Amino acid sequence: MAGLSLKGISKGFGTTPVLGHIDLDIADGEFVALVGPSGCGKSTLLRIIAGLERQDAGTVTIGGAPVDHLRPHERKVAMVFQNYALYPHMTVFENMALPLTMSRLNVLERIPLLGALSPRKRAVMRQIATEVNAVAAQLRIDTFGARRPGQLSGGQRQRVALGRAMVRDPDVFLMDEPLSNLDAKLRVHMRTELAELHARLGVTMVYVTHDQVEAMTMANRLAVMDQGDILQLGTPTEVYEWPASIVVAQFIGSPGINLLPATVALGGRVELMGRALPVRLPLEPGSAVTIGLRPESLRMHRENGDCEVACQFKRRENLGSESILHYSAEAGGTAPILCKVGHDDVAGLESLRAAEGSILYFAPAGCHFFDAKGLRVEPLQIDAAMSPQQTRAAATLEVVS
Amino acid sequence: MSAIATAPPRAPRPAQRRWVESFAGIGFATPAFVLLVLTNIAPLVALAILSFTDYEMGAVDIHSVGAANFSKALHDPVIRRSLGNTFLYVAIVVPASVLLSLLVAILVHRRTRSRGFYEVVYFLPVTTTLIAMATMWQFLLHPQLGPVNAVLTSLGFNRVAFLSEPSLVLPTLAAIGVWQLVGFNMVLFLAGLSAIPRDLYEAAEVDGASHPIDRFLRVTWPLLGPTTMFVTVTTFITAFKIFDTVAVMTRGGPMGSSMTLLYAVYLEGFQYFHLSYAATLTLIFLAFTLVFSVTQTFFLDRRVHY
Repeated sequence: MAGLSLKGISKGFGTTPVLGHIDLDIADGEFVALVGPSGCGKSTLLRIIAGLERQDAGTVTIGGAPVDHLRPHERKVAMVFQNYALYPHMTVFENMALPLTMSRLNVLERIPLLGALSPRKRAVMRQIATEVNAVAAQLRIDTFGARRPGQLSGGQRQRVALGRAMVRDPDVFLMDEPLSNLDAKLRVHMRTELAELHARLGVTMVYVTHDQVEAMTMANRLAVMDQGDILQLGTPTEVYEWPASIVVAQFIGSPGINLLPATVALGGRVELMGRALPVRLPLEPGSAVTIGLRPESLRMHRENGDCEVACQFKRRENLGSESILHYSAEAGGTAPILCKVGHDDVAGLESLRAAEGSILYFAPAGCHFFDAKGLRVEPLQIDAAMSPQQTRAAATLEVVS
Repeated sequence: MSAIATAPPRAPRPAQRRWVESFAGIGFATPAFVLLVLTNIAPLVALAILSFTDYEMGAVDIHSVGAANFSKALHDPVIRRSLGNTFLYVAIVVPASVLLSLLVAILVHRRTRSRGFYEVVYFLPVTTTLIAMATMWQFLLHPQLGPVNAVLTSLGFNRVAFLSEPSLVLPTLAAIGVWQLVGFNMVLFLAGLSAIPRDLYEAAEVDGASHPIDRFLRVTWPLLGPTTMFVTVTTFITAFKIFDTVAVMTRGGPMGSSMTLLYAVYLEGFQYFHLSYAATLTLIFLAFTLVFSVTQTFFLDRRVHY
């Protein structure tokens, strides 16, 4: 059990850069998820940690000791692959025992017929069998030790792959999208199992996924990656509540965040579709700014201090416990605005008609602001208690003065 | 006014439809079946009938002799020798060509830019006609004029009469047979190697099987099972059928040391005109091929994983 540290890792394939300068520190026992869209370099980073790829620059340190010169099996890491990579010609038991037979038997003992003559081999194999059966019992796969992977279901194969990683008692667990090949229900079940496994073993885990739900629900910290860089590293709360850039805000959260273009007026005041918001940003007047609003921050009914945005109702996605309402912004044809509402006003939801003009309300404190480069900007001041008339008056006063 | 309903077209009765379907099916299968009968089955039946007679090429009458041809074949020293030589040839060619082609395939598999070049070079012998190549090999192996002996003498060895030395003839023919088969088997093994998923090798790497021999024994060899079986069976059948090189280069000599079963059949049938005896020998040849192929399939099939 050890911490993992990456310093200055970069990698390119030919002329194509895949990983920029990556710095990442993972504490001992932490579960870190590398999450990002396809092609962002997360799998390459994982393979560099495992030793299956060589980085162009930078160092990998496990437990305080650099491991760049070590082969994968010498690094005390274990890897679970997306397609499980179980040996189809070996039984479940042999699959799980292979890491131990490779490390504990010498070359002569590994030869099939010659090795059977060695008494040491028999003792070692007995020890291996005990360990393998213990891990198999933990994962509840001890009943099919004699079966081949081809005779198992997807979830069972997944657990065998996990077991093969666990028997090695590694310092770091590496998982490359292990749940992608499972059906939705099994994926939810395995998420819980993996989280419980981590809690039980307390081993450092690095988990690669493109599914932000998996990352948010299982990880202690997420590293959101895009195009070879880590955009933000933080706890699920930090990444969700304070996304560092538009890309992070769009990637985390389902349904995705609403992005509304706005401008900065005199004094740093934000203007959205001609209406001033009671917010001041440390930006030059005239600069473009994007307002990010999570679907659950938008409301159909006004509350004290709310701002408004005029839009047209298009359709409702009824998920039972909640509904996602699709609106289109009245001013300017941008992407649809999504609003997530709960179960409270089902009658009101049922009475919504398409192409009806309506107003959505939001609290200015629930807005995320991003500058022209897409990076997060913290507001200087939010006057949440101002009514709309006061806001308009304040804006007029500013212009006059 | 009464509504005139147009009756829908009557669907064919079930029995009629079945007859139409069978007719169509038989119609589609007939040409291939006729060809099969004419080129394979009928000659086989004719052979079988001939083997129980005393027919000679050009003979006027034909009598049945029961199993006399078979007992003659089993006691004939020439035939026994041919069988022995054929088995020896197969025993050299099959392991050598399968293992050599596997080695070459593993080496070529990882190449990126030179892979095409090596594939062409190794496959060229397969594309040639063995009779033309046999003539070329005769020149190459010539004791006085051939380059092989020129190289041997320049290295300080004596001249070797590859095709005139009774003890060397069969191994020489086997080497030529291997030369012709390696390219074809290599292509088959390359296909089999490409089917092995890459992440199995990576899993093996992480598990500690990083040495090439370990990787080969744990991943490559087991997963090449079906390919190896196919290659072995086809190589066996091809090797058992050896004829071209013997007919062109040695004609069964010197002193019958390169006499093989098919060449013996050829001699009996078309040189000595004992057609019924040749038919008998052909049936024996077929029986051996069938027995070995079936045994190989069932023996190897148990250990093969798909």
